[in-house]
Amino acid sequence: MATVELDKVEKRFGEVVALEPVDLAIRSGEFLAILGPSGCGKSTTLFLLAGIYAPSAGEIRFDGVRINEIEAKDRNVGIVFQSYALYPHMTVAQNIGFPLRLKRVPIDESKRRVEAIARLVRVEELLDRKPAQLSGGQQQRVALARALVKEPQLLLLDEPLSNLDAGLRLAMRGEIRRLQRELGVTTVLVTHDQIEAVTMADRIVCMSKGRIEQIGTADDLYARPASLFVASFLGSPPINLVEGTAEDGAVRLGERSFAANGSGPLPQRVVVGIRPEAIRLGEGPIRGRILDGEPHGREWIWLVESEVGALRVVEPGAAPRHRAGEQVVLGWSESLLFDAADERRLQMPGPVPS
Amino acid sequence: MTAATRSRLDRLVFLGPATALLMLFYVLPVIVDVAIAFTDMGRNLEVTRVTTENVARIFGGDRRLAQVLTNTLVYVVCTLTLFNVGYALLLALTTTALPDRAGAFFRSVWLLPRMSPSVVYALLWTWVVAPTEYGLLNQIVAGIGMPPLDLKSDAPMLVVVLANGFIGASFGMIIFTSAIRSIPQHLFYAARADGANGLQIVRHVTLPQIRWHLSFVTLYQALSLLVSFEYIWLITDGGPFYDTTVWALYVYQRAFTSGQYAYGAALALVLVAAGIVAALVLWRFFDMRALLQRPRIEVS
Ligand SMILES: Nc1ncnc2c1ncn2[C@@H]1O[C@H](COP(=O)(O)OP(=O)(O)O)[C@@H](O)[C@H]1O
Ligand SMILES: [Mg+2]
Repeated sequence: MATVELDKVEKRFGEVVALEPVDLAIRSGEFLAILGPSGCGKSTTLFLLAGIYAPSAGEIRFDGVRINEIEAKDRNVGIVFQSYALYPHMTVAQNIGFPLRLKRVPIDESKRRVEAIARLVRVEELLDRKPAQLSGGQQQRVALARALVKEPQLLLLDEPLSNLDAGLRLAMRGEIRRLQRELGVTTVLVTHDQIEAVTMADRIVCMSKGRIEQIGTADDLYARPASLFVASFLGSPPINLVEGTAEDGAVRLGERSFAANGSGPLPQRVVVGIRPEAIRLGEGPIRGRILDGEPHGREWIWLVESEVGALRVVEPGAAPRHRAGEQVVLGWSESLLFDAADERRLQMPGPVPS
Repeated sequence: MTAATRSRLDRLVFLGPATALLMLFYVLPVIVDVAIAFTDMGRNLEVTRVTTENVARIFGGDRRLAQVLTNTLVYVVCTLTLFNVGYALLLALTTTALPDRAGAFFRSVWLLPRMSPSVVYALLWTWVVAPTEYGLLNQIVAGIGMPPLDLKSDAPMLVVVLANGFIGASFGMIIFTSAIRSIPQHLFYAARADGANGLQIVRHVTLPQIRWHLSFVTLYQALSLLVSFEYIWLITDGGPFYDTTVWALYVYQRAFTSGQYAYGAALALVLVAAGIVAALVLWRFFDMRALLQRPRIEVS
């Protein structure tokens, strides 16, 4: 299986810069997720790897060898498109066997491999159907089989689960992960769904507006986000961001002042990020009032108007422990500190009420 | 109003105008044609007797018909396969592969003849193949030091096919272009990633995806070539001798030039029959029913 390197790879469409120069190294056999909102350049990155787009600048290497000039058809890359892109006039078997047919694999060997891969993705009953006679989940499996049948050195998945309903998505998440482990193929998954990225990938690349914001494990991105963007893109419900000012080693949020936790100079304007699940209601020095609450199965999300500003708080338990209008006290055990000007995280812990 | 009356009324309202037009412009002329074909009507429009002479003449009496029939087949088949479908497809495939602006330019070039009046277009061809040294072709030929050509006498069918093909290719080109454009881009991407080269993409993705458009253009153009003769009439007038006289032109010559209205009508009847047969054959062959999909909107 291949290692993949992007070296200052850039992609422009005329005036539009879809991808600013990015560097990225993917390990052999790794499951990498590219996570970011719609239009941030995820698919563009994937198509560059597949050879469907040619980079405007920079170098792409598979196993250390430059492949910029190698056409898509010669890259031995399997790709699953968001729309699945099955050939409507071919049966499932013909769709899956198409890459082998193009490689002039003998008919009986091709048949054997198609059947084997069909069993692997569990579509062996559907081989004679046309794509129009399949459900979304079945089409998705067929597309996966077509991408895998030629034993690619790199598997690319472009939002493969986004057209499936919730139950199926959950099942397919596990299934794709299982297949990837079994085959050990280097895989890049593109998604805008943080849960997908977190549950499936070894490492996550978080992208925004054609730039890579951060590369790391799910834990890196969640606990040590590089920027405000990463902090607010991961986590559900999203992180609370409170704007404040810093002076004389203290951070001022709303009506309260906090001692800064680290040494070193602070920028004048800061943003403090507090995870909703890090806040405790009923203990702490900050006063507030419950504005509203929403049940989310086994937890409640409370919207609190506090001395430092509006905060979202997650509280476990199916039964509500508060009601709207109630006066509460609260505190938190950890927070993240960002420079409001460049939106990068500062290398020191955020303020915590004492 | 009950639902049944309403439904009947709707049927009348929606189908009525089309049916009336069909009757007036298609069925009625055919009936008139059949009626005239079995008379002895001439230039003076006088009918003195009812006769099957005209039909008998088609099946044996007219020795020129064999040649006219051959001409018609050569003309229709060559123009259709080489230009109206073949070249149109080639143009659509190449111009959709070009960058947008260049593609649009080449398509417009091929649309130009369609936009010029028939007579002007025919005159243009007369000038192109003119046997004197002033003809466009002969100016080029003279440039490379060859004696002037007289295509109109030596290869008249070639001139006729070229002239019709240059204008006929644009119809298929436009239909094929829009059909190719409407194929989801991801199918082409998938084919490339699956390992297909350009030709394999055309063969395995593009052609299967536009096969209904191919059938439609083939059917439609075959029928229109069968009955069209204006460029032939203007450029060679069916000559030299009867070398480029196709059936439709022959009908016109018999009926209006020689004033044999009744015989012309009988000859035209063959064209009507041929058209119906061709349509039915192509219908079966290409499974045209699939082209005419179930209605997308319901009228109750
Ligand atoms: N073929 C293209 N032509 C022009 N612009 C494009 C093309 N493909 C993508 N873009 C632009 O590049 C940006 C990134 O697109 P894309 O990679 O598809 O985003 P994502 O997959 O993250 O939603 C978008 O602004 C999009 O409009
Ligand atoms: Mg995308």
